[in-house]
Amino acid sequence: MSKFTDHLGRPIVAITGVGVVSSLGKGKDENWAKLTAGESGIHRIDRFSTDGLKTSVAGTVDFMELDTHSAPALSLALARTATREAVDQASIDGEKFPGPLFLAAPPVEMEWQHRFALDQEVDEGEGYGRLLAAARKGDHSDLYEMLQFNWIADTLEEEFGTDGLPVSLSTACASGTTAVQMGVEAIRRGETNAALCVGTDGSVTTESLIRFSLLSALTTQNEDPTKAAKPFSKDRDGFVMAEGAGALVLESLESATARGAEVLAIVRGCGEKADHFHRTRSSPDGSPVIAAVSLALEDAGVAVDEIDYINAHGTSTPENDRMEYNSLKAVFGDAIHTTPISSNKSMIGHTLTAAGAIEAVFSVLTLQNGLMPPTINYGNPDPDIPLDVVPDKAREATVRNVLSNSFGFGGQNACLVLSQPNG
Amino acid sequence: MAADKQPVLITGIGLLSSHGEGPQAHLDAMAGGKPANVNIERFAPYPVHALGEVDWSQQISRRDMRQMEGWQRIGTYAAGLALDDAGAKDNEELCGRMDMIIAAGGGERDVEVDASVMEAGRTANDREALLNERLSNDLRPTLFLAQLSNLLAGNISIVHKVTGSSRTFMGEEGAGISAIRTAFARVESGQSDIVLVGGAFNGEREDMLLLFELGHYLTKDELQPVWSREGHKAGFAQGSIGAFLVLESADHAKKRGAKAYARLNEVIGEHGRRTAGAGRARLNDAWNRMPDKDFDGVMSGATGAAPATAMEASWLRDGVPDLPVRAFGSLFGHGVEAQFPLGIALAALSVNKGEMPPPFEGAERPAAKPATAVLVTGVGHHRSEGLGVVTKLKDEGQAR
Repeated sequence: MSKFTDHLGRPIVAITGVGVVSSLGKGKDENWAKLTAGESGIHRIDRFSTDGLKTSVAGTVDFMELDTHSAPALSLALARTATREAVDQASIDGEKFPGPLFLAAPPVEMEWQHRFALDQEVDEGEGYGRLLAAARKGDHSDLYEMLQFNWIADTLEEEFGTDGLPVSLSTACASGTTAVQMGVEAIRRGETNAALCVGTDGSVTTESLIRFSLLSALTTQNEDPTKAAKPFSKDRDGFVMAEGAGALVLESLESATARGAEVLAIVRGCGEKADHFHRTRSSPDGSPVIAAVSLALEDAGVAVDEIDYINAHGTSTPENDRMEYNSLKAVFGDAIHTTPISSNKSMIGHTLTAAGAIEAVFSVLTLQNGLMPPTINYGNPDPDIPLDVVPDKAREATVRNVLSNSFGFGGQNACLVLSQPNG
Repeated sequence: MAADKQPVLITGIGLLSSHGEGPQAHLDAMAGGKPANVNIERFAPYPVHALGEVDWSQQISRRDMRQMEGWQRIGTYAAGLALDDAGAKDNEELCGRMDMIIAAGGGERDVEVDASVMEAGRTANDREALLNERLSNDLRPTLFLAQLSNLLAGNISIVHKVTGSSRTFMGEEGAGISAIRTAFARVESGQSDIVLVGGAFNGEREDMLLLFELGHYLTKDELQPVWSREGHKAGFAQGSIGAFLVLESADHAKKRGAKAYARLNEVIGEHGRRTAGAGRARLNDAWNRMPDKDFDGVMSGATGAAPATAMEASWLRDGVPDLPVRAFGSLFGHGVEAQFPLGIALAALSVNKGEMPPPFEGAERPAAKPATAVLVTGVGHHRSEGLGVVTKLKDEGQAR
C-alpha cells in the first residue's frame, strides 16, 4: 500500500469535481444551502395536466431553458449543466476531457407529442403503419437523432471531448451509482487516469407518471407537495418522481496529485449484488442488499464503526425503507441505531436514473462540510424502523466515511463508500 | 495490474436468430444452402429476419414468460443457451457470483393501445385529458417492466439466477461493443472471473422500424445481401437476434475444467461524428492500436446502411484487401445492440472450426487459408465503431 494505492494495491480513486442540478436549483451552492436548510423542491406538476391522475406532485426541474421540451432534451440539459460545473471545479480540460464518459441515462422513448405530430403528417393507414408512412415521407433526422439511446452521451462526448466510446447505462434507480462504479473500475484497471461519471433524468411525463402509478410505486399524498416524500415515516406511501443530474470527475489520486488538483473526496469502495427474487421486489431476507453493503465495506476496507453517516436510498415506499433498514441492521448490528442516516429524497424526491450520482455529490458535500443533510417530514416515525434519521434539520459532525445506497427495479443493488481524502 | 493480464476465453455461446438456435444451426447457416429466413410481407415494405418456431419452455417457465415482451424472451432464452453451453446452467454457486453485462434497447410498446390513442387524438379537443384517461385505463401495469431497458438483465437474474453484478448498456450498436469491451477488460484485469455478456433485439417490431425509418436507415422490398445494397436499396433489415457469450479467465476455466471455443484478444470501441472521413480515421486509429494485425478473415457486422457500409467496405478493401470478409447481416439481419456480440460469437465458431465460412454473396472472396485469427468489425448504422479480435486457442486453455 503506497500513498497512491489502496489496501488491495489498486490505484486510489479521487473525486476532484462535482456538479448538481435538482428541483432545488442549479449548482452545488444553491442545492447545498437548501438541502441543509431542510427545504423541499417538490411541487405540484404544471408541465402537463394531472386531471384524473392519482399523483399530481413531483420534483420536476422547470427552470432549464429548452427550445422544445422533451425528456431527452431536458435530460441532456441537466447533464450538461452538472457536468460543466464538475469539470470547472476540477480545473480539468473541459473541451478534451482526458478519460471516458459513463452516463446513467433514462431509457429514451418517442413521446406522445411526437406520435401525435407524425400521425397528422399523412392521411394513410392507421397506428404505426401511419407513423411509418409519415417517417418515409419527411425529413425527421432531428427527431431520429434525439430518439437514439446514445444521443445524450453522444452530445456530451462531443461537448466535453471524452475518450472513446461513451457508455450509456441503466441499472434503473441504481444507475447513477453504477456510473460512478464503472469509473472507479476503469481507473483501477489502469485503463485511464480520469473518468467522467454522470447521472441524469428529466423524464417526468404523463406516461412515465402513469406507469409508475400503475405499479403503485408513487405517493398519492398530493395535498401539500412538500410533505409528500416522507422516508422512514409510518405514513409513507410511495416515492415522488423527480428530475435532476449529478456529475463527478474521478481521477487516480496519483494523477490528481501530480497536477495539483484539489481532492474533494475518495471513492474508497463499491459493492454490487443482483437479486433474483422478483422484478420489483427485493428478496424477503434482504440477502442481496446485505451483500451489496458488505461488499462495499469490504472493497473499501472499512469496518462498520468507521461509517459515520449513511446516505440512504430511502425512497419513501413502504417496502424499500423497511428492507433498507432490515438489511443495514443485519450488517451494522446495534450500531445502526446510532449511525446517522438521511434520505435526500425527502427534499428532492426520487431522481431515478440520476439519484445515485446526485446522492454521491451530496455525500461529497457532507464530507467536505462536516454537515449531514436532514430527512424532512419525519413527524411520524415508523416504530419498526428505529434509525437515527437526522430529522428536520442538518446536523454537524465529523464525517470520515459515508455509505451511499442505491437500489432499483430488476434486482439492482449498488453501494459506494465515499471518504475523506486524508482518511 | 498490466503485469498479470489473464487470457480471456469464450467458454459458452448462446444464439437465437432467424436461423434457429445454438452454435450448430448458425454454423450450418453460414455454411450455406439455406436462404435467409426473411419475412417480406408482414411489415412491408420492410423485410425482417423473423424467428421461426421457438420452444420457449426449454429456457423460460410459462409464468416468467407472461412477464416478458419479445426482446426479453429472446435475450433470456439466448442467455440460458450460453449458460447451458458453458456448463454453468443451474450451478447456483457459479451463477451467484457471475457478472453480467447486457446490451439492450427498450422494450416493446403496446401498439394497439398506441394506435387507438392516436386515432382518438385526431378528433380530441383536449389531448392531455385523453392521455390521462386512456393511458391510466389501457396500459397494462406490467408492460412497464417489459419496457425498462435493465429488465432484460432483471429477467436473466430471475430465470437463470445470474446475480454477481448486473449492468445494462444502452445505445444501439455501441452498447454491444461497450458490453463486450467492458466484460473483456474485467476478465483480463481480474475484476471478474466469469461474465455473461450479450444482447437481444426483436426485429419484428413496428415501433423499432419507426425509430430507424425516421433516419431513413431501413432497406425496403426485396432483400439484397449487405454489400450489394447500393442506392435506394441501402439500409438494414431488422433481425430478431439473441447473442450471448460466457467469457472466462483462463485460470477459472481451467479450474472448473471448462473448454473454450476461442480466445478473445482485444476489443476497441470508438465514437464520434462521421463527417469528413472521421469515421474512417477512427477505424484506422483503432486498427493502429491492435497489437497484432495478422488476421485470416473478417467477420463484419456491416448493416447495409448508407454511408456506413460503403465506408467500411472501402476501409477493408484498402486495409486488408486479401482477406475473406463475411457480412453476417446478410444471413441474420441487423440485431443492433446484439450485432457485435453476434459477430464475436460467429468469429469464435469459425476459428474453433478452423475455417471461415464460404462467401455470403458474390462480392466476398473465398478463404485461402485456415482461420486462426479473425477480426470482428462493428460499424454502427449511424454512430459507433468497434473492432474485436478472436483467435484460436494455443496453450491458454482446452479447446472444444
